[in-house]
Amino acid sequence: MRRPQLERSALLEARDITRLYGPEKGCEGIDFRLHAGEVLGIVGESGSGKSTLLRVLSGLEAPDAGRVVYHPPVDRGVDEVAENGELDLYAIGEARRRALLRMEWGLVHQNPRDGLRLEVSAGANVGERLMALGERHYGQLRAAGQDWMSRVELDPQRIDDAPRTFSGGMQQRLQIARTLVTRPRLVFMDEPTGGLDVSVQARLLDMLRTLVRQLGLSVVLVTHDLAVARLLAHRLMVMRRGRVVEAGLTDQILDDPQHAYTQLLVSSVLTP
Amino acid sequence: MNGYNFAYLDEQTKRMIRRGLLKAVAIPGYQVPFGGREMPMPYGWGTGGMQLTASILGESDVLKVIDQGADDTTNAVSIRAFFERVAGVETTTETGKADIIQTRHRIPEVSLRHDQILVFQVPIPEPLRFIEPSEEETRLMHSLEEYGVMHVKLYEDIARHGHIATTYAYPVKVDGRYVTDPSPIPKFDNPKLHMSEALMLFGAGREKRLYAIPPYTRVESLDFDDHPFEVQQWDEPCALCGARDSFLDEVIIDDAGGRLFVCSDTDYCQSRREEVA
Repeated sequence: MRRPQLERSALLEARDITRLYGPEKGCEGIDFRLHAGEVLGIVGESGSGKSTLLRVLSGLEAPDAGRVVYHPPVDRGVDEVAENGELDLYAIGEARRRALLRMEWGLVHQNPRDGLRLEVSAGANVGERLMALGERHYGQLRAAGQDWMSRVELDPQRIDDAPRTFSGGMQQRLQIARTLVTRPRLVFMDEPTGGLDVSVQARLLDMLRTLVRQLGLSVVLVTHDLAVARLLAHRLMVMRRGRVVEAGLTDQILDDPQHAYTQLLVSSVLTP
Repeated sequence: MNGYNFAYLDEQTKRMIRRGLLKAVAIPGYQVPFGGREMPMPYGWGTGGMQLTASILGESDVLKVIDQGADDTTNAVSIRAFFERVAGVETTTETGKADIIQTRHRIPEVSLRHDQILVFQVPIPEPLRFIEPSEEETRLMHSLEEYGVMHVKLYEDIARHGHIATTYAYPVKVDGRYVTDPSPIPKFDNPKLHMSEALMLFGAGREKRLYAIPPYTRVESLDFDDHPFEVQQWDEPCALCGARDSFLDEVIIDDAGGRLFVCSDTDYCQSRREEVA
């Protein structure tokens, strides 16, 4: 009898990652697997090491120990895939790592001003990653820009406006469009709704959820907001002082927290 | 002149710059750092170009200096006078007679020969600088050939003006590898860089960088498929010599808005007028 394969291959693996700036400053001994199409939330208070972990995972900062392993999909891999289909993020050269970040991955910053070029128009922002991949047709770049602006619910008429004339929520949408335009497999988001008011937050979350489902994205989402995690994440990791204290399905963790710190975190949520 | 070494710079400095030049010629378009010396004039007046000229100048060489195409403007006159005094070399205004031509902002209209060298004075050697302020990052971008941002600038031009509005310092790709700033020459001169017979050397004094385009090297101007690279065109010919193939300067001639278009390359204009006469 043939059994279905239960062990789906992971897209991204963190193997015992440690990056410490000092004792309990940074992240330590992080181990997890992220599967294709999955949204993993990382929650914890300020200083718990979640942003450090995200920087290590997204190729911005090499870990002190441990490995970040990416399994490129077979159909559109990064040129020659390394032995047994694994890419060790910090073992491949810088050129390939940056190519990977440009082509297959995306990073959404907490502050849209970090992820956007404020001095050039919205269209140029959306088109930049396409141009980096070699797109050299102005008309097509523009069409892609307008298409993606309407997908993130921005007015395509404003394609020639500078991002600084956009509101905070619109800048965040533009940053998301700019990241998703190359159809990445894996997106890292650092507090994507931070600094936005609640109604704008709700619309943005709704849009994000739709996009994630439509495009089959895998997402690593860092947030301190449990409501955001509840809406978007399938699985959660709770971090404290650089370590993962609890991990599991989102609903399970939020409805039935086991660790004392998670219980504190869940009970600290304000309900109006 | 007593008290100065030939061509102002000491021999060790010239050797150092020539070593840099050899490297620059070996890697077309690559910016080579060099230990820039203080010259007896301010940065921005052509100190980079002068150091290169001083390093390659021989006693029998004939020197021409142009500024915006003209032989008779302040910058050209003073640099020419400088080398006359400190090197005692022969100078000329005729493009064809010169062995070394130091230039600011133009390439002569007459095609250069393989035994001539063109030395450019460069203000900002880094074409990526406008979008990336960090030198460390731009060097990495060059080494990894991450040139997508160059097209962001061109895209922005078309989005704002309907066409590529960059008219000078138009970025080029040298030998299919390094994106290079051809110094502030008008884009009209960009096609002259391609497969040029003459060696082209670029010196930036403030930034202490030099680079080169060797003879017979491919030089492509960046563009879009549906917005190809184009050079400037004028509706009228040069008012003095009637040339239709040269770069024209607009000259205001009175207070009533009267204006004239004349060749920016004074030697070219002069020689054409002499031919007719």
